[in-house]
Amino acid sequence: MFPRPIQKSSTAAQWLYAVALPIALLVWLFPLLGVALTSLRPASDLAQGNYFGMPSGIAWENYIFIFTETPIGQYMINSLWVTIPTVIGAVSLSLMTGFALAVYGFRANILVFFMFVAGNFVPFQILMVPVRDMTLQLGMYDTWYGLALFHIAFNTGFCTLFMRNFIKALPYELIEAARVEGVTEWRIFWYIVLPLMRPAIAALSVLVFTFIWNDFFWATVLTQGVDSQPITAGLSSLNGQWIAQWHLVSAGSILAALPPVAMFFLMQKHFIAGLTLGAVK
Amino acid sequence: MAQASQAARRWNQRTIAPWLFLAPGLFMFGVYVLWPIIQSVTLSFYDWNGLYNQDGEFTGTFVGTRNYAELMTDPAFETSLWNNLKWLVLYMLALPIGLFIAIFLNQTVTGIRLYKSLFFFPFVISQVVVGLIFAWFYAPNFGLFYLLTESLTGKGTAILADPDLVTYGIIVAGLWPQIAYVMILYLTGLNNVAPDQIEAARLDGAKGWRMLWYVVLPQLRPATFIAVIVTVIGALRSFDLVSIMTTGGPFGSSRVLSYYMFEMALGEFGFRMGYGAAIAVVLFAIMMIFISGFIWKMWRDEKER
Repeated sequence: MFPRPIQKSSTAAQWLYAVALPIALLVWLFPLLGVALTSLRPASDLAQGNYFGMPSGIAWENYIFIFTETPIGQYMINSLWVTIPTVIGAVSLSLMTGFALAVYGFRANILVFFMFVAGNFVPFQILMVPVRDMTLQLGMYDTWYGLALFHIAFNTGFCTLFMRNFIKALPYELIEAARVEGVTEWRIFWYIVLPLMRPAIAALSVLVFTFIWNDFFWATVLTQGVDSQPITAGLSSLNGQWIAQWHLVSAGSILAALPPVAMFFLMQKHFIAGLTLGAVK
Repeated sequence: MAQASQAARRWNQRTIAPWLFLAPGLFMFGVYVLWPIIQSVTLSFYDWNGLYNQDGEFTGTFVGTRNYAELMTDPAFETSLWNNLKWLVLYMLALPIGLFIAIFLNQTVTGIRLYKSLFFFPFVISQVVVGLIFAWFYAPNFGLFYLLTESLTGKGTAILADPDLVTYGIIVAGLWPQIAYVMILYLTGLNNVAPDQIEAARLDGAKGWRMLWYVVLPQLRPATFIAVIVTVIGALRSFDLVSIMTTGGPFGSSRVLSYYMFEMALGEFGFRMGYGAAIAVVLFAIMMIFISGFIWKMWRDEKER
């Protein structure tokens, strides 16, 4: 193990480590903590210049205010409307593409695979004008499905890379044996491979959820109004209205951050397995 | 005879099946990713305001390479390109810092799992939120950074309002989640470092930096590779933070290519779709250098298998 386990060091070093850990964490998360505290600070404190001193009270009303007086609740619902269909769509499509690329040795295999991988890394801006134009033409501008369809297509690239590598690591004999038994290809996919994919599906679902929930660029390009804007774009436009009302900006930020954070804590193991792309085994 | 035809059917099934499985994914990817790339490249040779005439016909005019010629003399484009370079270079700091934090956290004391996930936090939250958090941190008069510089130098620095410093301020905000990402890659990598090699090196008297450099880092190469790729992509994709923290200002000094493209095509300066597309093509070309490197490496690994 590297570095040498702290237990093998002197007692002093162990104490030092025990003290350094929480301090380092505090420094690391300092900006976030500051915002979390500001979100609970009464507006009057900020008006009097009391930014970092003892708050005069805990102001839950900041949160109540943004829920009742701004469309932040609607924005969050819009985000769910985009995020959940995207997760289902991208995971389903990539299960099939990943299966095709992992199991069959046809000639264009590697080419198709690299195309998915490369597509996943292109800058969004090269897609922006045509995708926006197409979405407008199809009458899907400013709708949740217009945004979700694009996200499904784009995320299929990354998901295919992940699924393909996962299926490649499964024992191929399973599929061979089924073929000898005369099981059709579709049933091999459905009854043999799919049940083994649960961890991969879980990992990809949390990752895609986070990516889509946090997406800002496409939300600005493909949606506009309160009825369809996701939370990221919504928060940005609210920020424009709340000039320097930092208690509200902070409360909105904390709310927008909450769902992906909760997702991460619930599904930590899967999340990290997904992020490392299976590259670090 | 019956057996032969059955075998033929089986063979047929196996040639067609992959394409049936690929069809929906390929269709979506083709429509939303591949085709738009071709369209954008084409569009970069046109002058177009994004509108159609009454009959629904495209109203753009072909201008050849004029958009690219204009880019060459556009000072805003030059600023964006320089800023992109700053992003690329400074973003690489995420690697050593991420590795350092990973090594710091790679212990087995009680509660370390929770510490690791809390250190990872900044990556999980949206860049919009990161941008707002840092805007608050940098805010003039009461922001913590402002107060800190004030107490150190006697004069507060409003970093987001300073044309010379603003880009660095945004890059620091971007580094925060990026370091977290790199850290998690290295933590997973450190978990898989062969313990016997470490022990053997330790018996040979290796420790500290020498151990890290000669024994540990070579084993972390797969993690480093992924970390470099995601960091480069992250640096070149920087749009959210610029948009949230400064909208390219002050005086356009914090623009990057991705943001400048958006401004040209959809911003308040009018709908110059062709010019925007030309900027996007330049960004795409830069990104392609790194993408090809990645694909080349993957291709080599595939062949070795």
